[in-house]
Amino acid sequence: MSTTVETAAAKPAARVKRARADGSSVGPWLLAMPLTLVLGIFLVIPILMLIVVRFLDYNSVQILWSFVLDNYGQALSDPVTWETFAVTIKYAVITWAITLFLGFWLSYFLAFEVRGAAWQMGLFLVCSVPFLTSNIIRTISWIPALGRNGIVNSVLLHFHLIHQPLTFLLYSQFAIILAFVHLNTLFMVTPIFNSMMRIDRALIEAARDNGAGFWQTIFNVILPLSKTGIGIGTIFVITLVMGDFVSVSIMGGGQSASVGIMIQNEMSQLQYPAAAANAVILLAIVLVMVFLILRVVDIRKEL
Amino acid sequence: MSKKTTIDRRGLLKGAAAVAGTAIGSGAITGFPTIWAQNIKNVTLRQFGTGVSNLNDIATRCKADTGITISMTAMDTDAAAIRAITQPDSYDVADIEYFTVKKVFPTGRLQPLDIKKITYYDQIVPLFKDGKVTPTASVGQGTAPCRVSYTEGPESKKFAPGPTEWMTLIPTIYNADTLGIRPDLVGKPITHWKELVDPAFKGKAAIINIPGIGIMDAAMTIESLGMMKYGDKGNMTKPEIDKTIAFLIEQKKGGQFRAFWKSFEESVDLMASGEVVIQSMWSPAVTAVRSKGIPCTFQPLAEGYRGWGGGLGIARHLTGLERDAAYEYINWYLSGWTGAYLNRQGYYSAVLTTAQKYMTPNEWGYWMEGKAATAPIVSPQGQQIAKVGDKRDGGSYYDRIGHIACWNSVMDNDRYLIQKWNEFSVA
Repeated sequence: MSTTVETAAAKPAARVKRARADGSSVGPWLLAMPLTLVLGIFLVIPILMLIVVRFLDYNSVQILWSFVLDNYGQALSDPVTWETFAVTIKYAVITWAITLFLGFWLSYFLAFEVRGAAWQMGLFLVCSVPFLTSNIIRTISWIPALGRNGIVNSVLLHFHLIHQPLTFLLYSQFAIILAFVHLNTLFMVTPIFNSMMRIDRALIEAARDNGAGFWQTIFNVILPLSKTGIGIGTIFVITLVMGDFVSVSIMGGGQSASVGIMIQNEMSQLQYPAAAANAVILLAIVLVMVFLILRVVDIRKEL
Repeated sequence: MSKKTTIDRRGLLKGAAAVAGTAIGSGAITGFPTIWAQNIKNVTLRQFGTGVSNLNDIATRCKADTGITISMTAMDTDAAAIRAITQPDSYDVADIEYFTVKKVFPTGRLQPLDIKKITYYDQIVPLFKDGKVTPTASVGQGTAPCRVSYTEGPESKKFAPGPTEWMTLIPTIYNADTLGIRPDLVGKPITHWKELVDPAFKGKAAIINIPGIGIMDAAMTIESLGMMKYGDKGNMTKPEIDKTIAFLIEQKKGGQFRAFWKSFEESVDLMASGEVVIQSMWSPAVTAVRSKGIPCTFQPLAEGYRGWGGGLGIARHLTGLERDAAYEYINWYLSGWTGAYLNRQGYYSAVLTTAQKYMTPNEWGYWMEGKAATAPIVSPQGQQIAKVGDKRDGGSYYDRIGHIACWNSVMDNDRYLIQKWNEFSVA
């Protein structure tokens, strides 16, 4: 999702420039062709279908070919829809705040505290090791750790730190956020680390020479110069969390909802038009969020 | 016993094509032109269905016995319904449940099945015909198999009210479901559905998160509490759905439930790990927990069971040799080995007489007659699940199947139910 937006944003400018340079008008079009076809077939057409389907009527078995505004109206007027979106956005915002904090300081450590490019890259690769296994496995592996008789509770009980097993650890909002943070921090670390590595070290020395303290350097030099990385990381995290249904259903024990789960439920009951209506609303909300992020941060600067 | 029969049947298919008379004697391929027997070996049938019966052991055995290759895909109940309706060309044989067929059959994706081609039709239990296990038993509420078993003719998409010569599915499997409990952790005898929401089990209860089944468990609980009496639990009115969901939301907000599970494995993990001590459960899940050495009971309850049944259907597009192979496969399915295999997991097979031949008297006594085991009972995978002297939870076949209060259902207000169920998920 986010890559599409970036490429789409980056392409036209590049194309115009090159077209002017070599004077031919066919070459650039041919070059743009494969991407256009891929995006057209796999992105634009499905979205158009989604938009059409949401206007169709349905019963418990199949889609009926009649035009109704019902699905859309029903989805929009139903408080359940809004509650679900609110919960999902809440997850996205909390996850974003935590991953941003972690991502920023991890990147800062890698970029400025660790000496030598080899060590920096080495440690960065260590960060990405957990990503060699699938999302679902990484999520599920929390269950034995957090359960009523899990590792965390056993250890706490053993040292008499608690007397009753803590049940909020699993199948709760805490568990969901924990899994999201675990799954998505790297998506924040990577772009921020990338941005920080490009910061001219002379600027930091200059800041120090001018008497800036640690926090002043962070807020006035490093943070503004990492803005593109933060922007890209934010887009990754927000879109991933907004669209998730697996982590929420596993870590929430099926008790918590997200837009993804709502859409999945509707699809599993063959209510495609309702699912399509919700998918379009979700798409619109995420696009608005991405648009706002792009207003704040000029991502093209980095690409 | 079982080994000997295999050799007979295999030999039959290999060499004895000419000796058609023997075939009639064994009952294996009656009604088929014997000439097919050779060709059928090269047929591959694509089957999909729920994890309950899409087991590789069955495919392997089928290959050995009939030569037909079955390529199986296991999925959850909802996914199976979607596959049946939206991808009719992607399968040849559908292994689905009766409440799914209520949705699928009217779409014309399956062809009516000719009972004259079913060798063991006469021996299929009456549950799937007139719905009565015993002459005095009543048919439970909901989508009971007998209500969607028959269709009007070879081209029909409509259900017939009573037995005809054309079936929608050939029944294979069914069971009576109830609550599973951890007898070591509940700390008191469990006798009624209402104990699912007993405050003593706060944060330690779970229900199934499939709307058509979960609502039924909730309805059993509500009736047990005496809060409401349903006209038909299998076909609720909108106010009934509203009240049921309101009840579930109240329980959820009160912290009664630890989790809602969707797949078989989840229910096993919840129970085995002790996260949950009382929950909706399926029979083989109880068996799976027990085979880990953890006590688990499929507790019979005063209000009765929630029943379900499944069978094999043939896709509309299947014709000629492949269709004959599909009928041959179904006939093989009912011929005993698979029935015994399913019975040993705690389900029931649609033709009991043939399955009995593949079970020891001890197994038959334990699983079907409610007798104490005279030797250890082992699962088809070889793990011990009951020791000498143990009796099956709920007792005999008639005690269990004869007390089905309602069946898994598709309601007329299905769309409304899904909407409300989403409300419950969000709450």
